[in-house]
Amino acid sequence: MDRLLLVVSTCCFLLAVVRSALLLRTGNFRPGRSNFFAIVVGFAFQTAFLWVRGQALGRCPLTNLFEVFIFLAWSVALIYIIVGPAYRLSLMGAFTAPLVLVIQGLALLAPIDTPRPPKMEVNAWLEFHASMSIVAYGAFALAGIAGLMYLLQEGQLKRHQLRSVFHHLPPLTDLYAAMTRLLWVGFGLYTAGLVSGFFTGEPLPKVKMACAIAVWIFYGAILQGRHLFRLAPRHVAVLCVIAFSAAVSVLWGITFVSERVPG
Amino acid sequence: MNLFCVGISHHTANVETRERYGCGMDAVCALRRSTDCAEALLFSTCNRVEVYGVSDRILETAEIARCLTAGCSEEAAAFYRYEERDCVQHLFRVACGLDSMVVGETEVLGQAKQAYAAARASGGAGPVLHRLFQRAFRVAKQVRTHTDITRGAVSVGSVAVDLAGKIFGELGERKVLLVGAGEMGERTARALLSRGVRDLRVASRSGDRAGDLASVAGGRAIAFAEWEEQCREVDILISATSAREPLLTQEKLRPLLRERWDRPLFIIDIAVPRDVAPNVNELEGVFLYDMDALQSIAEQSMALRREQVAAAEQIIAAHVADFSRRLVRDRAADSAGAIARDTAISEAPLRAAQP
Repeated sequence: MDRLLLVVSTCCFLLAVVRSALLLRTGNFRPGRSNFFAIVVGFAFQTAFLWVRGQALGRCPLTNLFEVFIFLAWSVALIYIIVGPAYRLSLMGAFTAPLVLVIQGLALLAPIDTPRPPKMEVNAWLEFHASMSIVAYGAFALAGIAGLMYLLQEGQLKRHQLRSVFHHLPPLTDLYAAMTRLLWVGFGLYTAGLVSGFFTGEPLPKVKMACAIAVWIFYGAILQGRHLFRLAPRHVAVLCVIAFSAAVSVLWGITFVSERVPG
Repeated sequence: MNLFCVGISHHTANVETRERYGCGMDAVCALRRSTDCAEALLFSTCNRVEVYGVSDRILETAEIARCLTAGCSEEAAAFYRYEERDCVQHLFRVACGLDSMVVGETEVLGQAKQAYAAARASGGAGPVLHRLFQRAFRVAKQVRTHTDITRGAVSVGSVAVDLAGKIFGELGERKVLLVGAGEMGERTARALLSRGVRDLRVASRSGDRAGDLASVAGGRAIAFAEWEEQCREVDILISATSAREPLLTQEKLRPLLRERWDRPLFIIDIAVPRDVAPNVNELEGVFLYDMDALQSIAEQSMALRREQVAAAEQIIAAHVADFSRRLVRDRAADSAGAIARDTAISEAPLRAAQP
């Protein structure tokens, strides 16, 4: 039953993707309210799914890889809904919807929704640690998307080839500012998630800890590297994309391994 | 009742011919007096002179042309004439900028609103023209919202300003350096000032000209020898000197960029021969546009606008069909109710007439 909610949510994101793709193909792209609306509706169904699943489990639904991916997709949509309109990055929706669609679609198609005992003991610190970390990934995802948009816009300006989408992309300096703010937001949330992991009262798996710290160091290095290594905005944009790809791979690896090797 | 439009435009007459018809409201008053024209509106811009009218009988084109030239005998060959549905379509196309010299320009819409306001004030625009023009304004707004017909700059100066906006966003806090005090450079600098730039520095070999331009444009003059050093600070560099060799090369600029690794530098090189070596564009964070590049962007924008014409025509066609249907229906009904309603509408506030 709860998966039906997720299917409806996925359809909403698919609708947003198809609409954007068709408009981009005709060279008449214009970010409109309908895209934002589709994402908001998709987000509402995601929230409903997580609530239903959480009620069934009696805890935050982050018990297997499937739920982690859905929570990640939810976090990406959440951060977009908060950040997108605030920074007038309306076109970001056209980039966010495909990412959410891919994460959610893969989660639905892959056989990763392994059953768990319906009632598990609740550890508030563990739930805080897990949920904070995943929401931080949502911010990192949006930073990566802003990075992609920056690279697209910068490439057009450098090559003197301005396509229809150029007129709808925000200015370079706005994209760079959005990128760095999202990085800071993600880094702050991730730090909170990481630190709270030490208060769970449970033994910390070494590999998991090492990977989490590696991701933290990577993002910290990007933020500080802007000044220490005089990283140009284009390099920051590239690193945002690489860092998110790496972080998602690590997240998948950590969850996949912890499901099979308890502790 | 006959709804018509008679006029000349840049399509049918050269500027010498058009300026002979650059008449005022008197001509329209004369037209209404001499021909029993129920409604008449004069729409006169630098590219067109048109009369939109509603009359009980069909007025000859030559008759209208005579009124426009205050009785002088002028040949009417350059005049075009549209009636009924074609007239509606023509006005909608004009209001949307499809009939303009620069496709998609928006100035014509403001001019149409002014013409309509003047006709309302003089009593020339009655219920039919009121509805026609109100619908034209609606169509133009819809076309502008739903197509890219007005997107992109189509002149070199406005392209430079647009690009600066796409790099920096708000230009109020940006520092601009103009090297060379020629006319093109001045025009580009002025275009940037009109978009909110407050910090303009001018460097010219002729210190007097730099001083004059700086004082006129509200900037400050700097010594020509200092302009390279200014590249550490400024965000936009406009280069327009008459130097025979490039003034700025990768080797000169690279060390200056070290302190501004996270701030882009937009260079507009409008000098011929070029002041800035082309490979400067390869430097990180530097966006170099020379005359050819700016011209090419203007052409790309124009091409993009032309691509949007079909989409705009579709919107217009739907409105023309709807408007014509309503016009025919109202005439057939010929009822006092329709007239009363139209009169009520025509007495509504001039909301849409505000530019």
